[in-house]
Amino acid sequence: MHWREICGVAFAILFGIGANEAQAQSAYGIGRPATAAEIAGWNIDVGRDGSNLPKGSGSVAHGRELFAQQCASCHGEKGEGGVGDRLVGGQGTIGTAKPIRTVGSYWPYAPTLFDYIRRAMPQNAPQSLSDEDVYAVSAYVLSLNGLVGADATLDAKSLAAIKMPNRDKFVGDARPDVKH
Amino acid sequence: MNNNTIGIRDRSAKTTRRRFLQGGSAAVGGVVIGADGSAAADTENLPPNVPDWMKAPGDPMGSQPYGAPSPFEKGVVKNISKSLKQYISASGRTPLQELDGIITPNGLFYERHHGGVPTIDPAQHRLMLHGLVERLLIFTVDDLRRFPSESRIHFLECSGNPGYAKPYGKTASDLVGLLSCAEWTGVSLKLVLQEAGLKPEAKWIIAEGADAAALTRSIPIEKCLDDAMLVYSQNGERLRPQQGYPLRLLLPGFEGNMNVKWLRRLHVTAEPAYSREETSKYTDLLPDGTAREFSFYMEAKSIITRPSGGQRLSVPGFHEITGIAWSGHGKIKRVEVSVDDGKSWQDARLQEPVLTRALTRFRLPWQWDGSPAVIQSRATDETGYVQPTLAELLAIRGENYFYHNNAIWPWRIAADGEVTNALA
Repeated sequence: MHWREICGVAFAILFGIGANEAQAQSAYGIGRPATAAEIAGWNIDVGRDGSNLPKGSGSVAHGRELFAQQCASCHGEKGEGGVGDRLVGGQGTIGTAKPIRTVGSYWPYAPTLFDYIRRAMPQNAPQSLSDEDVYAVSAYVLSLNGLVGADATLDAKSLAAIKMPNRDKFVGDARPDVKH
Repeated sequence: MNNNTIGIRDRSAKTTRRRFLQGGSAAVGGVVIGADGSAAADTENLPPNVPDWMKAPGDPMGSQPYGAPSPFEKGVVKNISKSLKQYISASGRTPLQELDGIITPNGLFYERHHGGVPTIDPAQHRLMLHGLVERLLIFTVDDLRRFPSESRIHFLECSGNPGYAKPYGKTASDLVGLLSCAEWTGVSLKLVLQEAGLKPEAKWIIAEGADAAALTRSIPIEKCLDDAMLVYSQNGERLRPQQGYPLRLLLPGFEGNMNVKWLRRLHVTAEPAYSREETSKYTDLLPDGTAREFSFYMEAKSIITRPSGGQRLSVPGFHEITGIAWSGHGKIKRVEVSVDDGKSWQDARLQEPVLTRALTRFRLPWQWDGSPAVIQSRATDETGYVQPTLAELLAIRGENYFYHNNAIWPWRIAADGEVTNALA
């Protein structure tokens, strides 16, 4: 064995001591490096704080047009629901016997709306809208819920700044909640 | 519609012997039950005659390159409602009351998908592992199969199985059919994470499917380093498309939708994604307007599958009571059965194997005296947790909680043997 290899092995052993098991050096050499471009193309996760929201912006007015063309057939003209979920209204019902869960009444974070529309909507052609279009549709749905004005234009910063009415109503899992 | 009569009198033999037919096979088996419960069958294949199927050779080798059940079992299929709002984001149930043992056949495994079932070419499928790791990696399916693999038996259950509000289902499948169990083969997720090297601040992994919903759920790192698996096979064969072909995540004991199918991406993060599915959908709404989030585990549960709703006991006398029990928290320790509407309970026999986070089959011999009865089962898992009643759950959670209903479901047996949901 060459001296350099022996040093390398010793170094690896020293480094391995005390390290988390899952932090150990690659054991199998399986898989190949993912490039930044590959990750950028696939990583469509948007954080609740708006992290990883893309550049661009969209207006309520443009969103209204897009919604009529691409969303209304399932969600109703004004987001009242149909084959697809109801998106509008229900604020003040969540703590009642007949809660109406919508984007406006139940969703805790506005950036999640962008995340979901971009990854999954419209149902017949997901990931077909441009980022500008996703901002616009998000803005329109939020305006239908009275959470932004009818003349609003949303971008990464302004979408993340919206405080959703139900944000503070989520709690941890308290199960087991029935005890014998 | 299946004829689910249990214990039909075999009148054709003109003896007092009773023929115990398996639920679901009677009608297609050529036996018709009259209004009085009598069986009138063709007799030409019965003793003392020689059956037709002995008088000529059967189908040749190769007539079914991939085998299918007997045509007499064609009624045993997934339980899919005919009145769903849509069928792209929808679910289909396992016919639990038609099955034996603990393993669900792949064709009858329950389904839940949020954007239809994709048809994925495994050669063009990739798993990307990125975020808080030392090495950003991409794996092919063949790459993953090179890791040391293992096979384990675990149940999988949808979080909403069933809801809390009426109407309640008629059959075991209607009630808890979003439940199945299989032997899964794959790679420990921990091994693959070790390959990439986790950074110390890694606390969650966001898993994403390659379906039209790009379904996304966040999994705590503790589970990822415990018994989580990247699965490529189910019950010995490659995953079915409905179960995530060519690759799915398996999180034993966690609610079904977190076991992301068609897995294409694992994003290691410090925070959960707070995705639509884990905020607006799979959260548990309490009467006071707060909602529990990140409620992962499926608690201990059981149900009698035979006799059960939709079946009928046509004769008094001996009947085995059997069913299944399971817990997301580990092994089933005990199943008690009551045959007197909950007044008294007796221990059922647990059939081996009793495995962690797998279905456990229980059995209890029973003499039905022909009078009305209410039968039910109650599971206890190895943590000591006891399956609650629906009333106990409703008192705390209310009707709008929707998910994680693990109530006892009692069956009412009428004097004519008809079995119905006692809570419906």
